[in-house]
Amino acid sequence: MSAETEVLDQLIEKSKPSEAAFSKRRKKLISDPLNDDNPITVQVLGICSALAVTTQMSPTLIMAISVVFVIVFANLIISLLRNLIPNRVRIIVQLAVIATLVTLVDQVLKAYFFDAWKELTVFVGLIITNCIVMGRLEAFALGNKPYDSILDGLGSGLGYAWIILAIAFFRELLGSGAVFGFKVFEAIGIESFPNNGLMVNPVGAFIILGLIIWVQRTKTGYVEQ
Amino acid sequence: MQQSNGYIIAFSAILTVILGGLLAFSAIGLKPMQDMQVALDTQKKILGAVMELKEGDDVPAIYEERIESLVVNAQGEEISEVDGAPVVAEDVEVGKQFKLSPEDRLYPVYKLKTQGGNQAEAYILPVYGNGLWDNIWGYIALENDLKTVKGVSFDHAGETPGLGARITSVDVQERFKGKKIYNEVGELVAVRMVKGETGDPSIYGENEVDGLSGATITAVGVNSMLESYLGYYKPYLEKVSGNAISQVNSESKELTFNN
Repeated sequence: MSAETEVLDQLIEKSKPSEAAFSKRRKKLISDPLNDDNPITVQVLGICSALAVTTQMSPTLIMAISVVFVIVFANLIISLLRNLIPNRVRIIVQLAVIATLVTLVDQVLKAYFFDAWKELTVFVGLIITNCIVMGRLEAFALGNKPYDSILDGLGSGLGYAWIILAIAFFRELLGSGAVFGFKVFEAIGIESFPNNGLMVNPVGAFIILGLIIWVQRTKTGYVEQ
Repeated sequence: MQQSNGYIIAFSAILTVILGGLLAFSAIGLKPMQDMQVALDTQKKILGAVMELKEGDDVPAIYEERIESLVVNAQGEEISEVDGAPVVAEDVEVGKQFKLSPEDRLYPVYKLKTQGGNQAEAYILPVYGNGLWDNIWGYIALENDLKTVKGVSFDHAGETPGLGARITSVDVQERFKGKKIYNEVGELVAVRMVKGETGDPSIYGENEVDGLSGATITAVGVNSMLESYLGYYKPYLEKVSGNAISQVNSESKELTFNN
């Protein structure tokens, strides 16, 4: 055995207990909820807010960031406390942590994004009952280490975020001819674009969400059991 | 041990104290900023009844320069203090006053002054009432003749999106511009939304505007809100227009005298 391989063996020994920061398994934690296991389109959770806040892009973006924030930090906190939380009261503990984070988000929005807050405050409050957040805490954070839990939360949060942003993009584009308030159709010279009133109603969100689910399931071949 | 009642109670108590403390700190820390935002929002609403605000406008500066506020009582007399405490128009919560009987309420008035001058260009009056599901409120701005509507801005707590909630939209609020609050024989009748919606503004008289299709009850709420509040402000409006008329008279008298 040469000295070189010995050093190599030692290195392997050392690296074994700590997994790479973005190992294959960890990447999957983030990427799975984006598509194959998307909380909205596959698990069909969090539909209420997906329909309610998506008439325009900018409030939707704020909602998406709020949900990502809440889900990541709730996952982290619950994961850190997972060995301390008494099993019999774990649901109420999860609820208390989520509610605190949501209230913080609501207060910060009120102080710094007042116009968005006026529009969103009802739905921000409803993040508390968003099944995605509690689902991740119960299914993942209670049984996994903090870092993995952060990644899992990030994945689920982003999976929620990109779907509602996609819905909002089509609803704002077709419903008010704009993206982030910027009048797209006027900018490219179509002055008389007829706004589709259906898109401004929640019905429009149902239709778009249905189309997204259809396209996605055609591609992934997912079939409901 | 972790499942014992004592542990659970202790754990819950500590968690409650930590989370509660966190929320209390954040609420106190963010309060000044939130109060500022609420004040700014009120100023935007008041100015919104008479002018179009653009993104990036320095709202507090415009407000400071153009708006003069005062508070009147049900007799139309200007009051500066209640029970020894000074009253500021911006701090009068119209929604809270709404719960008192009309004679006991305080009525804020916001005067829009001409640019650079001190003359009143418009009078902005807050209004408050009941919609279909919840309260509705807003501001109605009158030209300095105190008869013509310069603009309105409405808001609501819970009207149906796409139906009653349309009272906040610009195209509905535009309909009120230029309408008169007095009828031909000089009675205060306010401006009334008709039942049904035709989309044709030319068929309505000076005291009527197009209605809200599918939201008649919200429209009725708007009607009664405008009618009752203009009624409450009537003593003040008469006082001001009476002054204006007598001023004009005295001026013309002086002119004759000089001649």
